[in-house]
Amino acid sequence: MEVLLEIQNLSVSFTQYERGLRRRTVWGIRDLSLTIRPGEIVAAVGASGSGKSLLAHGILGLLPYNSHMAGEIRWLGEPLTPRRLKTLRGREIALVPQGVTYLDPLMKVGPQIRHGWRDAAARVRSRDALGRYGLGPETEGRYPFELSGGMARRVLLAAAVFSPPKLVIADEPTPGLDARAAARMMGHFRELAQGGAGVLFITHDLELALTVADRVAVLYGGETVEEAQAEDFAAERLRHPYTKALWRALPGNGFLPLDGTQPPPAGGWTGCRFAPRCPHCRPECKKEEVIPYRPWAGGRVRCLNPEGGEEP
Amino acid sequence: MLAGVNLTVAPGERVGLSAPSGRGKTTLCRLLAGYDQPDRGTVALDGRPLSAYKGACPVQMIWQHPEGAVDPLIPLGRTLAEGRPAEERLLAALDIAPAWLERYPAELSGGELQRICIARALGPQTCFLLCDEITAMLDPITQAQIWRFLLEETARRRLGLLVVSHSRPLLERVCTRIEHLPAPTR
Repeated sequence: MEVLLEIQNLSVSFTQYERGLRRRTVWGIRDLSLTIRPGEIVAAVGASGSGKSLLAHGILGLLPYNSHMAGEIRWLGEPLTPRRLKTLRGREIALVPQGVTYLDPLMKVGPQIRHGWRDAAARVRSRDALGRYGLGPETEGRYPFELSGGMARRVLLAAAVFSPPKLVIADEPTPGLDARAAARMMGHFRELAQGGAGVLFITHDLELALTVADRVAVLYGGETVEEAQAEDFAAERLRHPYTKALWRALPGNGFLPLDGTQPPPAGGWTGCRFAPRCPHCRPECKKEEVIPYRPWAGGRVRCLNPEGGEEP
Repeated sequence: MLAGVNLTVAPGERVGLSAPSGRGKTTLCRLLAGYDQPDRGTVALDGRPLSAYKGACPVQMIWQHPEGAVDPLIPLGRTLAEGRPAEERLLAALDIAPAWLERYPAELSGGELQRICIARALGPQTCFLLCDEITAMLDPITQAQIWRFLLEETARRRLGLLVVSHSRPLLERVCTRIEHLPAPTR
């Protein structure tokens, strides 16, 4: 099947100034690979600081000036160059951002959704987009401050689907929404996927991700540690010990906390990022330069001793 | 926002509160913590109004977004020591690294900041804690770590807890009783 977005060995690093002019480089993301196909919802799940928002910003070319990106991103088989990205962003690739502060406070809702299009057809489309999310045409004439938080979220969704896009990237779109509103937003993602779009859903909320995603990529300390099918979780067919710990920490499945904390972004590291917290850690886990991210039991894993499946 | 709400929390009890957004859960917490005054009715602790208590308020609130509950311009050590020096034992139990206390809020993650806000709320005078969606923005492991600590600490000190959350499994896991906040009748 055709691949929409293909990310290979993506790394994002930052140059920071310490005291005076001494510079250091820290890795926000290292060696990340992920593909998204049409009609598919892929969740990128991780704790804060795992690099999941950098992933969204990296794809969209929205990283800050002091960052450096390496690796390859392909869109429909062709490299996604900055120039190409400019023509795609907001059209074929759309962002549902984290905060409602992404709306322009001085611009009415209608023109914001239409991204500058003014013709009659665009007006029909923007009303359709609002209508899809239960907002009436009068919403077009409002300013962002006249919207409630939930309405503003729906306006952001309407703006994202206006074009309509082939890929929707949603970066933590649900905090502050109650369970019913979050479930409604998941329903909207499902509709977009059924319409043929790919959806990349970035979230810290594993429980919510599993209600809608087809596949889940788990990030830890700037690396992808596992890619699993959504149903692998309930069946506990999980490959990486961190993914297993995430699953068992959910209030509905044991509420078991794992001791320790995720390591902060660093200038470099050898071996497994999870080793200090891993119940199955062996000496070689700390020695190997880079632990390969390899196919395993129908998914992928970055672990020397993964669970489930046979050695390929 | 709210009308005719009655709620009692006993020491050692953990009461869950669920309601859709906009129903006034946070407003209720603000009233119970003494940040706002009700138009009608009273908030009393052991039969006395909150304002009768001197010093740090015995009812402390922990907020959903710790970024908004700390001063961005001072190092966290000073935030933590608001009113009294921080207890070493609490810092250790919450895994708060000493280095965090020299940093500013923008340099810590949400989970790290929330741990500091919890330590700050657990002064010796505290009898009741109001937890308003305090782990909604955290990953499951950090959430479970924080609740393990809170359950141990509140049991040790027999603190009363009001837990606001949209997550039914979380409320069922941590609460001794779950209340639903009804819509105000007009």
